[in-house]
Amino acid sequence: MIGAGLLVVTLRNIIHSAIAMMVCFGSLAGMYALLGAPIVAAAQVLIYLGAISVLILFAIMLTQAGDANLPAPFHPQVWVAALAAVAIVGLTGWAAIATDWKAAATTVAIVVSALAKSLFTDYALPFEILSLLLLVAIIGAIYLARRPEEDERAN
Amino acid sequence: MGLQSYLIVSAMLFGIGAFGFMARRNAILMLISIELMLNSVNLSLVAFNAYLPSPVNAGAVFALLVMAVAAAEATVGLALVIAIIRTRQTAEVDEYADLKE
Repeated sequence: MIGAGLLVVTLRNIIHSAIAMMVCFGSLAGMYALLGAPIVAAAQVLIYLGAISVLILFAIMLTQAGDANLPAPFHPQVWVAALAAVAIVGLTGWAAIATDWKAAATTVAIVVSALAKSLFTDYALPFEILSLLLLVAIIGAIYLARRPEEDERAN
Repeated sequence: MGLQSYLIVSAMLFGIGAFGFMARRNAILMLISIELMLNSVNLSLVAFNAYLPSPVNAGAVFALLVMAVAAAEATVGLALVIAIIRTRQTAEVDEYADLKE
């Protein structure tokens, strides 16, 4: 999965990057299933592999007409970026290693009915706000992606 | 496999996403990198929920909410990128410096 993630950011052809991203998301779904959260794994497959990957592939194919091979995929600031990323990984990894995780020895699988109950009772307000956010996102995306000339024809 | 290994994998994935966001020049690939970072946070949330269970399954609920927010963000972000590409004819973020000066 880490290899697929590395391929995403280093491959030159952006469509290959998107395919590597799908591999990465799929293996993440496998890790969720290993962690005893099959409902999250199913949501990962449905949302990321099903929706977001297809959306990104469509956007790539809409925007890159044939010339998907870019001469220089990286910024001049690539070394600074690599240094910052290594610093992030080092600090968080060191925090994860240095902490004593004795209290967290065994995994507990999620009971789906308990998850559904908490989602619709304790977290009902975030759930509703989220549906409003999705509605706003749909309207905004339609407004932004519309061709300007269609607008004048409508008037 | 303990909690530590999941957290380290999550940190590495976040680092990869941050690197891609800072280093790549293509706007769509920057969005993909943001998705990678959100996924790494999801992984650590689910791992914490599995190893330190809470009665309301807070980690898994948050992971589901983050997924929905990521979907909304990807939709609006890609619409923005397509609109910009339509006017600028390029996906390279270096070329978007017109607002400067």
